[in-house]
Amino acid sequence: MEAALDVLSWIFIVTGLAFCLIGGYGLLKMRDMFARLHAASLIDTLGVGFVFIGLMFQVGFTLVLAKLVIVLLLIFFTGPTATFALARAAINHNSLPAVDDADKKLAAETKSTDRSQGGIG
Amino acid sequence: MMFTVAAVGVVVTMAMALARALIGPSVYSRILAVNVFGTLAVMLIAIYGFIDDRPEFLDLSIVYALINFIGTIAVTKYVTYADMGHGDDGDPAGDI
Amino acid sequence: MPRMRLGCFSGVEGDYVTRTLGLAAALAAFWVLLSGYWLPLIIALGIASIALCVVIARRLDVCDREGYPIHLTVPGITYFPWLVKEIVVSNITVAKAILTGDVNPQVLQVRASQSDALGRTVYANSITLTPGTVSISVDEDVITVHALMDETADGLRSGEMNARVCNLMGDSVPTDTKHEVGAA
Repeated sequence: MEAALDVLSWIFIVTGLAFCLIGGYGLLKMRDMFARLHAASLIDTLGVGFVFIGLMFQVGFTLVLAKLVIVLLLIFFTGPTATFALARAAINHNSLPAVDDADKKLAAETKSTDRSQGGIG
Repeated sequence: MMFTVAAVGVVVTMAMALARALIGPSVYSRILAVNVFGTLAVMLIAIYGFIDDRPEFLDLSIVYALINFIGTIAVTKYVTYADMGHGDDGDPAGDI
Repeated sequence: MPRMRLGCFSGVEGDYVTRTLGLAAALAAFWVLLSGYWLPLIIALGIASIALCVVIARRLDVCDREGYPIHLTVPGITYFPWLVKEIVVSNITVAKAILTGDVNPQVLQVRASQSDALGRTVYANSITLTPGTVSISVDEDVITVHALMDETADGLRSGEMNARVCNLMGDSVPTDTKHEVGAA
């Protein structure tokens, strides 16, 4: 039983680390900030998710397990909000994604001119 | 052993994120990199709790996750408005 | 006290009481989780801080169906596993794209057919949570999305996620097959 859980932990932790490293590599490799957002979400979702699931197999049904779930959910639910705020801020400051001209125009149109409405939250 | 491997992997990824934060070039890339760095720090704190067999470290990672989120929003807001708050101009949505 | 709301009205007062009690229960669970002690003094302090938080939440008026969407718990049982599956699949796709460098960044607009702000928020957040697509703007019911590659963009264009969020929110699923705004 113990050994089986260890194997499961290893599998999940190594997979999670692989996603983390690929995400970090993408963070360095991607050319513009919007493409880097995708690499960052790799770390934010499955990188963290798999490593924490791997840790969960080591603790059994205790309070620690519940805490791991809380941290995981916290990262899951706050991540998109931070990403969205960042994307809004970048577009509002004319830092548009590196895409085709037509697509760029589409993104620029979403720029909020009225700052009381645009917000970043 | 397992946790040490995990910690090393996370530290390597943190180095990559830190490199991106130093290279930039735009301020938004730096904020993104620091956000990722914070997420990885949450993981590292949790894993360190396992290495040292002190699960209390998970409380620290909960707090760090919260601070990381609020910090990212605050810095984003600061570079956008150069101000932590602004008038609501009568808008019911206010200063969100 | 006049209630100012952002376009979304929380039905009856009884509903509001349920949500307040739900918030108190969730806070109590969180307190027990973090503390783990059962001394009378600690428990009393816990009850005091829970009461304070609930009073502040009611004063701030955030305890409505938008701020504390407890009614999504049961429909979420089918939605969240699907979302996790979708996240895993697109994670693998994006990881491959990063390693091979085969990316084609693009911007597209999709129409969110949910009836209220909460539904559109859930949809936009689900889009962002799935790697390969990031929502960069929400204007009324049009969501502007930055997609990393054709594959993930096409997955979004199919409108499956939109239909599933409609199901989650209890809205009618659009019969129109064209999900992208301005597409031929």
